[in-house]
Amino acid sequence: MTHEYLLEIGLEEMPAHVVTPSIKQLIKRAGDYLKQQRITFDSIKPFSTPRRLTIQILGLSDKQPDINKSVKGPSKKIAQDDKGNWTKAAIGFTRGQGLTPDDIQFKNVKGTDYVFVNKHIPGKPVQDVLSGMKKVITDMTFPTMMKWNVYHLEYVRPIRWIVSILDDQVIPFSILDVKANRITRGHRFLGHDVAIKKVSDYEDDLKQQYVIADAKKRKQLIVNQIHDLAKKHHWQIKVDPNLLEEVNNLVEWPTIFAGSFNRRYLELPASVLITSMRDNQRFFYVEDQNGKLLPYFVSARNGNSDYIENVIAGNEKVLTARLDDAMFFYHNDMNKSIDYFVNRLKRVSFHDRISTMYEKMQRVEHISQIIGKHVGLDSTQLKNLKRASQIYKFDLVTEMVGEFAELQGVIGAKYAQLKGENDEVARAIREQYMPISSDGELPQSKVGATLALADKFDSILTFFSAGMIPSGSNDPYALRRQAIGIVRIIRRESWHLNLNDLLNSFIKAETADEFDVQLDQKSQINNVIDFIKDRIVKLLQSEKIHHDIIESVVNGHNPDILFILDSADVLNQHQNDSDFKLSIESLTRVMRISNKANFKPDELNVDPNLFQNDSEKKLNQAVDEVKNGYYHLMPNEIYQRLSNLKRPISDYFEQTMIMDKNSEIKNNHLKQMVILTNLILWFADLDKLIVK
Amino acid sequence: MTKKLSMQEIILTLQEYWASKGCMLMQAYDTEKGAGTMSPYTFLRAVGPEPWNVAYVEPSRRPADGRYGKNPNRLYQHHQFQVLMKPSPENVQDLYINSLKKLGINPLEHDIRFVEDNWANPSMGCAGVGWEIWLDGMEVSQFTYFQIVGGQEMDPVASEITYGLERLASYVQDVNSVFDLEWGYGVKYGDIFKEPEYEHSKYGFEESNQNMLLNMFNSYEKEATRLIKLGLVHPAYDYILKCSHTFNLLDARGAVSVTERAGYLARIRKMARAVAKAFVIERKKRGFPLIKDEKKRAELLKDHSKNKKGDK
Repeated sequence: MTHEYLLEIGLEEMPAHVVTPSIKQLIKRAGDYLKQQRITFDSIKPFSTPRRLTIQILGLSDKQPDINKSVKGPSKKIAQDDKGNWTKAAIGFTRGQGLTPDDIQFKNVKGTDYVFVNKHIPGKPVQDVLSGMKKVITDMTFPTMMKWNVYHLEYVRPIRWIVSILDDQVIPFSILDVKANRITRGHRFLGHDVAIKKVSDYEDDLKQQYVIADAKKRKQLIVNQIHDLAKKHHWQIKVDPNLLEEVNNLVEWPTIFAGSFNRRYLELPASVLITSMRDNQRFFYVEDQNGKLLPYFVSARNGNSDYIENVIAGNEKVLTARLDDAMFFYHNDMNKSIDYFVNRLKRVSFHDRISTMYEKMQRVEHISQIIGKHVGLDSTQLKNLKRASQIYKFDLVTEMVGEFAELQGVIGAKYAQLKGENDEVARAIREQYMPISSDGELPQSKVGATLALADKFDSILTFFSAGMIPSGSNDPYALRRQAIGIVRIIRRESWHLNLNDLLNSFIKAETADEFDVQLDQKSQINNVIDFIKDRIVKLLQSEKIHHDIIESVVNGHNPDILFILDSADVLNQHQNDSDFKLSIESLTRVMRISNKANFKPDELNVDPNLFQNDSEKKLNQAVDEVKNGYYHLMPNEIYQRLSNLKRPISDYFEQTMIMDKNSEIKNNHLKQMVILTNLILWFADLDKLIVK
Repeated sequence: MTKKLSMQEIILTLQEYWASKGCMLMQAYDTEKGAGTMSPYTFLRAVGPEPWNVAYVEPSRRPADGRYGKNPNRLYQHHQFQVLMKPSPENVQDLYINSLKKLGINPLEHDIRFVEDNWANPSMGCAGVGWEIWLDGMEVSQFTYFQIVGGQEMDPVASEITYGLERLASYVQDVNSVFDLEWGYGVKYGDIFKEPEYEHSKYGFEESNQNMLLNMFNSYEKEATRLIKLGLVHPAYDYILKCSHTFNLLDARGAVSVTERAGYLARIRKMARAVAKAFVIERKKRGFPLIKDEKKRAELLKDHSKNKKGDK
């Protein structure tokens, strides 16, 4: 016979974003516990609302299986005295097993007789095992935990009731002041407490009390109501899945309603309207069939449709107050020119220890032009880039961004357009902060990508120079995120940028001008390069590239980010080639020997007159061929050339005594090795590779 | 709905209600502060093991929010109705909802939600977990289970309910501007507060004497630090409140840059933590008189002497 078990944790309102992960966690913990307790079951069915995490466990076995096992005791010699009487040792052993010496049998183990008893452990009934759900509940963890009253248990919110029934019987246990029983609570305002008679009644009983406990059904109800409303009014409503998830976890009995606002607010930038509705009020916004915003919104009430006109009026009032504020800011902003705002940036600090925001823009104007020219932007693009870089932070001092900080860049782009800037400039302004998270959206335009790069390079360089270098978890200015943004943009655009040259040229351009930041940026170049390389490592790790390949490419000498990323790809692709191991081993052998040498760059000439055998000549020729145009090659071509050296290298090592007694000859050998090593290192530090 | 409650009727209703639920009615504390939480009746009394149930109105000053009396919803000074209950009662959410019913807000005729909002006041070393309470989409109260106050971990935990009185009254009276609220007997909120709103905004944004404020901050800080060492907790706390308000004035004037800001906040936090610690020590010296369970009291006092040795 199988059983059904119902467990409901009744809580004060959980944060909406915590509900879904928490019910998953409860399922996992309950399942693991039962498995560990050797209780089988068919399935676990979840329910969740803001106030409850519930599971129904179906097809539960009656009890744990019994265990029969043979337990070994002392040897016969010890267990019985000369007369065959049981010794204290034997009696003690059986007592320890809950048995008597009558149960003893002897078995021969490797020539010696030992005491054995057969032990029967009856399985615990499922009821006993289920009282252990108490610990399953208290072991749950949450992103934010709290204590309440006089208790020390930390939980997501206070636990107010617990339902724990097996079929139709309560499985009792207590957590703090809460005793598990069969009483659940209905909707906070529309429902009443209700005693669940048996497990399968749960969903329907709660429905009677205005709670849709099944989160999926509740979500579907919301979606259906939204669609009905949209159909009725010929609206288009994009049901944002994140917002839907949040709204679903704010209500137990959803009733969808629509409200409106005065048409005149449609004058506001769409981003402001959407932010006000979606982010501030958790409203769905409404569009016409062409995607144009309409002066309506849709929201879910946690309740039925009685007196819904009050709810609509209240929500309209709140939204109107917000939009009214926004309108006031908008008109004030519209009365001012971009120049006005740009001038005000002279009084806004980028950071006290660095410069004003205005000065930052001046630096970025130079930096972005250097990058733009390097990556081959055309003259129109360069012109637009220049304009964008001269004004791109202006929205920071608009009243709108003062109120809606999350719209920085977006408002800048919108205002720029309204104030007569062209689309490319506006777009670059909007894209300057991208990506705003480590896997966020990247700039789509070349000008935007260039501006975003320049802005990030400047931030990292200046913060480093001012001594504010991220360490451990301390990265208040999100410089790591900006560095990963740099890496991702460069890769997406396939831009070859030599970090070292680039950073030097930024500083040179700035120093030549009057807005020099007065910080020693030059001394930080190597730190900044290492910092960015660290992000390359993280990016490659996230793409599951082997650790040794990553180590190898970031320790290569080519300071071009794209080259490093591509080299990792090349090694990753070739690592399973049949000749990979051979190629790498021959090259790393060269590298290791060259470690023994120490030459100045101008000494690195191989003298063919000192060659002792043919293999030296052949390797020398092969290396010369490899060298030809080498520093302009793509990583895959480089790999091919280096890989082709394996034959001449192995011949060379076979026929040549590197450490010749004649120091002149020996040095000639070593020079050859160093020359080749330098070529390899340009590609990657292959010695870091682990080849099997 | 029946006759719309005036501001003073709302206050009286809430006072009467919470008094009937075991709260002592305290009066607004007479030193400038940014929120009801900063009254010693909350900040200090939340700390330590003694039970404490209070309700009071607290005028709260936020110089940077001043709008010269021109914005219908933003004020230099607004009024909070503050309820602090320690330990947090089991039915505290229901107590709150019933208080709304007393104000004529029937939950079945509205949409009342508890929306996650974890509160923190880093400058006072405070953090808590709780919600904003939405009434038909408008945030009318803040509900917090204090977890840390003045750097002290809560044990027992206090629950704090803060009603934004102007917000709530705007809803109850159905007006769009706080200045149109009726305070009592036909006298409007604007009649009372429009002029001070203008003057305080003018002062805070344009006329405040920065050097004087900077000097005052330093003097207050010095005094507070000295008094904490002497175990004079309450006068010390008054000076911390003055530091906080002085900082807010400087901030509103735009006299504080981003990094300086962090520095000032750290200085206030340091004092807030020290005074919260000192408060518990002083209460222990007095034998935690609000704990009526003699056994528990004795136990806590025993701990005290041990800790004290440990401290030295």
